[in-house]
Amino acid sequence: MITPKPAQLQPRYDVVVVGGGPAGLAAAVGARESGAERVLVIDREPEAGGILQQCIHPGFGLHHFGEELTGPEYAQRAIEQTLERDVDVLSSAYVLDVASDRRLKVTSRDHGVAFLDAGAVVLAMGARERTRGAIRIPGERPAGVMTAGFAQKLVNLGGMLPGRRAVILGSGDIGLIMARRLVLEGVEVEGVYELMPHANGLNRNLVQCLHDYDIPLHLSTTVVHIDGRERVEKVTVAPVDEAYRPNMAKARDIACDTLLVSIGLIPDNELAHRLGLRLDPVTTGPVVTSTMETTRDGVFACGNVVHIHDLVDYVSQESELAGRGAGAYATGTPTPPDNVRLTPGENVRYCVPPTITTDREHTVYMRVTKPMAPCTLHLGDVYKRPLRYVFPGEMVTLKVRPRFLEGFHGGSLPVSIVPREEGGSA
Amino acid sequence: MSDERHDVAGAEDDAHVSHYLCIGCPLGCRLEVEEEDGEIVEVRGQSCKKGEAFARQEHTDPRRVVTTTVAIEGSLWPRLPVKTEGDVPKDSVIDVCNLLHELRLEAPVTMGQVIAADVLGTGVDVVASRDLPRR
Repeated sequence: MITPKPAQLQPRYDVVVVGGGPAGLAAAVGARESGAERVLVIDREPEAGGILQQCIHPGFGLHHFGEELTGPEYAQRAIEQTLERDVDVLSSAYVLDVASDRRLKVTSRDHGVAFLDAGAVVLAMGARERTRGAIRIPGERPAGVMTAGFAQKLVNLGGMLPGRRAVILGSGDIGLIMARRLVLEGVEVEGVYELMPHANGLNRNLVQCLHDYDIPLHLSTTVVHIDGRERVEKVTVAPVDEAYRPNMAKARDIACDTLLVSIGLIPDNELAHRLGLRLDPVTTGPVVTSTMETTRDGVFACGNVVHIHDLVDYVSQESELAGRGAGAYATGTPTPPDNVRLTPGENVRYCVPPTITTDREHTVYMRVTKPMAPCTLHLGDVYKRPLRYVFPGEMVTLKVRPRFLEGFHGGSLPVSIVPREEGGSA
Repeated sequence: MSDERHDVAGAEDDAHVSHYLCIGCPLGCRLEVEEEDGEIVEVRGQSCKKGEAFARQEHTDPRRVVTTTVAIEGSLWPRLPVKTEGDVPKDSVIDVCNLLHELRLEAPVTMGQVIAADVLGTGVDVVASRDLPRR
């Protein structure tokens, strides 16, 4: 049974998780594992599983489940693991507000507007796609312009095609996967256009989604105009220079009825704003501790709310940790405060969590600003590790073990990734 | 404006050398397979063993896992996600999809249930990627 039964609402839960995607489901498991009795997951869709339900392609689960799964398979396993632990799932529901005393205002199809008290709250709402408005493409506002992820939902869940002839802007993995998906459904894909001089998606997707179907990828090129009154009739594309300024002398028109934009994700943080949480200017997600607690006591966050992940496996791992933290908080189990700050150094954009303790093992996720190969990751002077390569699109993970920090008594450690000579020692 | 990686993949610059983009990791090595009298004599450009294996496989027998959806009635959604349980020859991907798109299913379906056995004689079954209970 995949669709969870509607929950009987209680006035108070030990842990309430906002969002029933992979992050929320894993957080609920973590909360139960750490002793929370009553755990509720609130999700806006008619069934849990989040965006995985529409990601029908394989490539998920190699780290977390030890085998390669499609999105729906990963979702079903995550849902089963959650339901096995007597977690309630309230679907078709929205959290309208979270007060500072962790009273949630919830509206749902089955229960109307209700107020719930939570011993701890986990924010797991995921991310939103950037839209046409985010990059201000000039032109008219006809139907047929949509995000790649929305088109994916239309096609894979709704059984509807977005159009007959499509142009895709952005070479991230969602855009590449939708290019193939549309071709397999009989839609003509004229091409994929990418502002940057390099593709953003995985090589696997370049080969299996574009090359296999002879879909051209145009680098350093962007959409500069959208035309059409009721429906998209054409878009204009132009190459850009080093400063990303379009060269209109070389612009050309493409007849099409659909423009998909695949131009990045941003953490969904309306509730974080309402709660007045401190946000990180780099990730745009809440600042968290090593137990994934935000700057408000008893409010935790995980998954794409905190920073954009490239693998759902890491979302599950990080979110289970957040759930454990929330469960511990709700049951009054003390956790030692963080005492070491990780400061991003050369070629490190950010670290999550930004602070750790010296008493236990931590998994630190980080992103680099530029590709480097081969290179060495340095954790202050206490630890270093050779890496074959780093790429901005691929998160780097580092397990910080207590023994690395034996004899370390400082307050902060710089984390950097620097070039290494081929054949040289790390 | 052109993508170098796109141009190289699967292309042959003369009768003997074929080019592939390795998909093993983000390095994206440009692989070359040199052939003589129908035999691979050299693989170049890889920086690990995975790359060589990939080049040989892509050159001799490229295969893909196929995922698509099949129409279904009586469930929450009108489409059921499905996958081939193993990889099938790359040339058969479109035909497999077209065959699956002709099917009309009735809920309930459970994850792993065979939707099309031995699809197109490939020896590979197409199975449901999830449960879809009857509404």
